[in-house]
Amino acid sequence: MAFAAFGSAPAGTSGVEQAPRRRSRVALILLAPGLAYLALFFLTPLVSLVLTSFQAPVEFGDVGQYQPAFKIENYAVVVEAYWPHFLRAFGYALAATFFALIISYPLAYFIGVKARRWPLLQALMLTLVIAPFFISFLLRTLAWKSLMSDDTPLVIALKALSILPPDGHLTGTAFSVIFGLTYNFIPFMTLPIYTTLERLDTRYLEAGSDLYAGPATTFWRVTLPLSLPGIVSGTLLTFIPAAGDYINASASFLGSAQTSMVGNAIEANFLGLLNYPAASALSVILMGLILIIVGVYVKRSGTEDLL
Amino acid sequence: MAGGAFAEAGADLELIGISKRFPGFTAIEELDLRIPAGSFFALLGPSGCGKTTTLRLVAGLEEPTTGRILIGGKDVTNVKSFKRPVNTVFQSYALFPHMTVLENVAFGLRRRNIADPVGKAHEALRLVELDHLAARRPLQLSGGQQQRVALARAIVNRPALLLLDEPLGALDLKLRRQMQLELKSIQNEVGLTFLHVTHDQEEAMTMADTVAVMNRGQIEQMGAPEELYELPKTSFVANFLGQSNLFTGPVTSSTGSSIVVDVAGVKVEVPKDRAQRHAGEVTVGVRPEKLMLHTSAPKQSAGSNSLGPGRVTDVSFSGVSTQYQIAIPGIGLVTVFAQNMVFGPVVNLGSAAWVSWSVEHGFGLLDEPERAPRFAADTDTATIAMQTRHELLAEIEEA
Repeated sequence: MAFAAFGSAPAGTSGVEQAPRRRSRVALILLAPGLAYLALFFLTPLVSLVLTSFQAPVEFGDVGQYQPAFKIENYAVVVEAYWPHFLRAFGYALAATFFALIISYPLAYFIGVKARRWPLLQALMLTLVIAPFFISFLLRTLAWKSLMSDDTPLVIALKALSILPPDGHLTGTAFSVIFGLTYNFIPFMTLPIYTTLERLDTRYLEAGSDLYAGPATTFWRVTLPLSLPGIVSGTLLTFIPAAGDYINASASFLGSAQTSMVGNAIEANFLGLLNYPAASALSVILMGLILIIVGVYVKRSGTEDLL
Repeated sequence: MAGGAFAEAGADLELIGISKRFPGFTAIEELDLRIPAGSFFALLGPSGCGKTTTLRLVAGLEEPTTGRILIGGKDVTNVKSFKRPVNTVFQSYALFPHMTVLENVAFGLRRRNIADPVGKAHEALRLVELDHLAARRPLQLSGGQQQRVALARAIVNRPALLLLDEPLGALDLKLRRQMQLELKSIQNEVGLTFLHVTHDQEEAMTMADTVAVMNRGQIEQMGAPEELYELPKTSFVANFLGQSNLFTGPVTSSTGSSIVVDVAGVKVEVPKDRAQRHAGEVTVGVRPEKLMLHTSAPKQSAGSNSLGPGRVTDVSFSGVSTQYQIAIPGIGLVTVFAQNMVFGPVVNLGSAAWVSWSVEHGFGLLDEPERAPRFAADTDTATIAMQTRHELLAEIEEA
């Protein structure tokens, strides 16, 4: 269900043409490598993850030694300990998705609709959207850290303008984490929206104008609903990885202990504390919550008419 | 104009000195046009003649380079399209794919806050006999049904001026006839002004009170359909609106009521009041259905012109009539439509034939001779091939 939203088919066409499914031996043979891959690299780790989440420590064993068990309390313990991390994860991801949408939509609209007459400009702008991918996102996030850390011209200027209190910081705050997430996911938001807007038939906009709808009404009633598939894919591509992100919020990048998200908690438990059951339980909960949120979101945006 | 009630009646449309230049080409050159309120006006022309651009200028989807547009006496040249009392039935229909048929039709009503938009939309859908599909999405309908929804979506707003951009193009012949009649009755009923753009001359002639034939960004001729058909002024009109047989030659003499043109040695008489020019090199013409076909030389009589002998190079049967192509040496191909009053073709392929017509059916064009179509060589390749074939057949029979 969620995957259907990634294919940004223009509204209205989905479901109309569906090729009849043919199950044949050839199809099965062709599918076999993919199925084997999924079984080996997706299903096995998933099962292993769930099993690990129920494990109990080996009595008198070393740190990091666990044995198979059915210790369901692991879940209660991690929720108790890390519920603020979950709240921050979803809160920051939601905020980042929102800001990325606000920034990406006009950008995608300009590239996909306004710049149609200048294909060269269109290509140039698309390249610029993708260009950051040529540099590792760790480096880019570190670059932002050094730009926003204390005693940089930016922070000094903000302090001089009294926007930031004299003892304030930019890094290590919710602001810098949301900023980093927004920045890192803008291309993932822009590209799917661009694909739907690029195919937007401007004759619909003319029809709207002909039927007494001003530019704002035409945008709200025609352009936005028609670009909804792109918005759904873009927000999913941003929200899901952002909710599990642990780079932006980590203290070595843009965050601090006060901003740590569930991803950081998983990382700490897995790599630092060697508490594998806790890390696995956190991962399972995170996955479950994201599935529920995405499921509800896709269902609602798919059936609602926004009218 | 947006907001409030329906237009009480159709409005005049006036275009004054309109030009539209796009980078690289001129779509419309100095166009003046006045369409009286309540009329059904057709702009007829081949693709690329500027008719759709004219429509888009009136709708406000393009801005004229020069000139003014008046609707109901008000200058709307600088008024945005969504504030003009105009609705368009787009050639591509442009139905919103994310809305139901009903919401598409109610769209304009809702934007203007007109009371009971749903009821009125249902009423408009009943008019185009699609009310039972109101809950569907446009893409679930056939092309013809979509076209009717587009029509309902425009008509429901009761605009003072309704613009139709080839609105019946996707319909099959039967449905097209039905929609033509329906459109006409809607227009009579509500008294709106209709501006219909089409390249289908039959559609323009059957539906419109006034037809303007457009060519290369200008109006070549404008008038009632019968008038345009009976008395075309230019060779473009003569050939775009139906077919014509055209002959060019100098005027050799002129009597009180008619001129005589020398067409490759044959005297052709044309009434003075049906000829645009009375001296010099002129092009005269006659409609194919006005020609009589003879198998022997017709008697020379005062009231008629005759050409021949020629050879029948093509016979095509089309039900009610048969079309003959006759190659006359020195003149070229002449087309004749003969009603099928008797069974089978009257003359056979390859046989000799003469044509004649009453003087009162001829017309003279305004075109300068250099603009008149140049005729091909005396015998074109098809004729030569046909003659060779007959010679060969004759040889085979002899052998």
